[in-house]
Amino acid sequence: MKLIYEKSQAGRRASALPRYENLPSPPELPEELRRSEPPRLAEVPEFELVRHFTELSTRNFGVDTGFYPLGSCTMKYNPRINERLAALPGFARLHPLQDEDGAQGALELMWRLQEILAEVTGLHAVSLQPAAGSQGELTGLLLVRAYFAARGEAEQRRTVVIPDTAHGTNPASVTMAGYELTPVRTDARGNIDVDDLRGKVDEHTAALMLTNPSTVGLFDENIEEIERIFHGVGALMYYDGANLNAVCGISRPGDMGFDIVHINLHKTFSQPHGGGGPGGGPVAVRESLEPFLPVPAVVQQDEGRFGLEYDRPQTIGKVRGFTGPFGVFVRSYAFLRMWGPRLREMSEVAVLNANYVLARLKEAYDLPFDRLCMHEFVLSARTLKREHGCTALDVAKRLMDYSFHPPTIYFPLIVPEALMIEPTETEAKETLDAFCDAMLAIVREAGEEPELLKEAPHHRPVKRLDEVRAAKRPVVKYGFEEHPDAKGEPKVAAAEAPKGV
Amino acid sequence: MTQQHPFLALTDSDREEMLGAIGVGTVDELFRDLPEAVRLGRELRLEPPLSEQEVYAHVAALAERNADASRELSFLGAGIYDHYVPAVVDTILQRGELLTAYTPYQPEMSQGVLQAIFEYQTAICELTGMDVSNASGYDGTSVAADACYVAKHATGRSKVVVTEATNPQVRQVVRTYAAGFGLEIVEVPHRNGTTDPDELERAAVDAAAVIFQQPNFFGCLEPAPDLVARATEAGALPVAHVDLLSLGVLEAPGRYGAALALGEGQAAGNFPSFGGPHYGVLAAREEFIRRMPGRIVGETVDTARERGYVLTLQTREQHIRREKATSNITTNQTLLALGGLVYLTWLGPQGLRELGETCLSLAAYAKQRLAEQAGLECVFAGQTTFKEFAVRVGRNAREVVAAARERGVHPGYALGRDYEGMDDVLLVAITERRTPDEIDRLADVLAEVAG
Repeated sequence: MKLIYEKSQAGRRASALPRYENLPSPPELPEELRRSEPPRLAEVPEFELVRHFTELSTRNFGVDTGFYPLGSCTMKYNPRINERLAALPGFARLHPLQDEDGAQGALELMWRLQEILAEVTGLHAVSLQPAAGSQGELTGLLLVRAYFAARGEAEQRRTVVIPDTAHGTNPASVTMAGYELTPVRTDARGNIDVDDLRGKVDEHTAALMLTNPSTVGLFDENIEEIERIFHGVGALMYYDGANLNAVCGISRPGDMGFDIVHINLHKTFSQPHGGGGPGGGPVAVRESLEPFLPVPAVVQQDEGRFGLEYDRPQTIGKVRGFTGPFGVFVRSYAFLRMWGPRLREMSEVAVLNANYVLARLKEAYDLPFDRLCMHEFVLSARTLKREHGCTALDVAKRLMDYSFHPPTIYFPLIVPEALMIEPTETEAKETLDAFCDAMLAIVREAGEEPELLKEAPHHRPVKRLDEVRAAKRPVVKYGFEEHPDAKGEPKVAAAEAPKGV
Repeated sequence: MTQQHPFLALTDSDREEMLGAIGVGTVDELFRDLPEAVRLGRELRLEPPLSEQEVYAHVAALAERNADASRELSFLGAGIYDHYVPAVVDTILQRGELLTAYTPYQPEMSQGVLQAIFEYQTAICELTGMDVSNASGYDGTSVAADACYVAKHATGRSKVVVTEATNPQVRQVVRTYAAGFGLEIVEVPHRNGTTDPDELERAAVDAAAVIFQQPNFFGCLEPAPDLVARATEAGALPVAHVDLLSLGVLEAPGRYGAALALGEGQAAGNFPSFGGPHYGVLAAREEFIRRMPGRIVGETVDTARERGYVLTLQTREQHIRREKATSNITTNQTLLALGGLVYLTWLGPQGLRELGETCLSLAAYAKQRLAEQAGLECVFAGQTTFKEFAVRVGRNAREVVAAARERGVHPGYALGRDYEGMDDVLLVAITERRTPDEIDRLADVLAEVAG
């Protein structure tokens, strides 16, 4: 398919701007500040613009298109009412610097969302400011820094403990927050190895970062012991909320002992992910950490009035502009109000769906941890690779031919040839069955006709793409008349990089 | 009996059958790994579920209580602007295939989003004169912090200079991140609304980066080529924080030597939306490509040698490099950046230039009309401005805002909130949506309420 720039013809345009009469001519700009050459934006009429992006959309797959069991990403249905609400002029055209008395509805919505998230996480105070889960992580670790600095322990507490199953964002956030990483092993049951942990946690430990249930989809059975170990040395516990969809209304991070939690509004609470964002990564904290939260805080003043509080002397500052991605809050708030206390049922069904798919697939694939799972689980294609030379990547690509989005693959890193599957509460049993049938058919195909897998996908707009070539000779923008010839030596990508999460 | 929830599909008999296949008797048994002490053991204390109709009524009532730009004539800017967003943007962003997709990890399922990001990267490089753009950052503040991280590692230095005339929120976010990065932040004061190149050069000694805004927070045009030259002279990376919509009339930062260009994308294709979600722009010269944070899309071929697009240079990223990654970012703002691409394509090069000229003309008209009123005075007289300017109103600007709002006009941002000695100064923003008649009304109202 052509790029929009390849459809451009000089002189065409999609926009007509208002022309105001009798205005002064624009001020003369100093020559060194004046644009010397116009940017080569595409020149197309409006209908060409619509057709181009409509065609692009037909070459894309979303939850609206079909089943999307991308593990750890919680690809659930995104209710359409959310879109209608976020687009209301009272929200969409509201300026973030509007005076508080002109933004009471927006402030009340945020305050109510904070209250709901505090109840769901079992914690005391919430800041909605972080723009995504990873920014929530960094915010959380900066809260840890500020907390220990206030206690005079900044120099002493240098390390953050992270299990080897963690999302890559966790260690990256640790470095960005100026901490050192202490990795801890996973035991044979898929829990944190508590013996390994005991030797690594002491008075130099600042915090634990843990996803629970973990990225292998298992609830850590030793969570109480872990809590005693960390709080016993005065360290804090950080909960990565990536997998909160498993436990809403069933078990709360605050009740598990966590002090700081981030929530992924684009996973658990239905903000559509938009092909890579936006998201929302609010943080919830215990009372002792509230003074350090980002400013401004959204607070209820007297008589149902709501306001912004900037005067928080111990705050870490700001991590993002204004009070966060407000349009995301509108969507998640509407979603949460449509569930209410039935969130528990949402999580129960997510867990039921995952266990059902697991039950149907565990004989055909390798299962690294043979337990009931939570909202997701991890299989391995190790045997398929050994016996038929078909990898997790091949399974993923072949699934596309059955019109399913593949699971997350090659993650977590501790499971070779990993396939991480998260069906969410959304899906009907018929869909789950069709997916399982496809996964089982692919195992048979691997034995009978492995090329079907290795050459997959066969029915997508493109064949398998060469990711190695893209990284070796990066072409990251259109080069107009100098654009390189697309033809070259094809090389099948074999990069075992995590794809998902 | 509880009614079936509209977002669920399983019937009672489905559930029975599935529990049987799993080999348990009840849903509760699925949670047997949870110790008793960490279970909630009660219902969540939340209000009962609402139907769609009820949630619409409730949330729409909240929206009604906001004084948005459709109810109040607004001259607020200060980083977020009321430019017109054409209907084609809404149409494309509501395509479910794009709206409800995750990050394009599996390129054969995601050619639509990937090609769109490639086209976005091209548009950003064209506007800024840079060689590489990422797929977007969170907003115009966090990309400045990202740039600091790039500069720290590229130069091995541990100080960053930011001009005082850079958006205060950008400066605050840079300071917050700096605590983790181990960076010292130094600010260079403005002199009559712009930055003095000599002062900047002195501050830039041993700095990893120098961040300035063009046009700056006061709307004034900085001597950007000179600032860039001085920073470069000191061995610091010059970082330009730009307004995309100024780049039809103002020079591309790549042309005058900036190492990185970044900005808040909202004005180009996103609604103000009380602060987000929007997209942060981050682009750089070629030499920084492997230090860039965030997603980057590259062109490649498939096994049939047909062109296609993939996420690339992923060895920079957290899911591979973990604690050594160039950033922790995963989720970015792809959908909003797509809105930016659709908008910029809608404008085209001619539209972008016309828009810049219209903003310049309208703002010049507004400056002239306001200066005619007794009690009002343009603050940085003699400075060239783009679409925003500072005006002294003779009494506390927050009181002026309150009084003007009673007359249905929000006259702008009270600069005293961020700058000492500017309690009586308003920052007035003019976009192409403000007609000359509306500007006349602003002048009348301000004349009435100013000191």
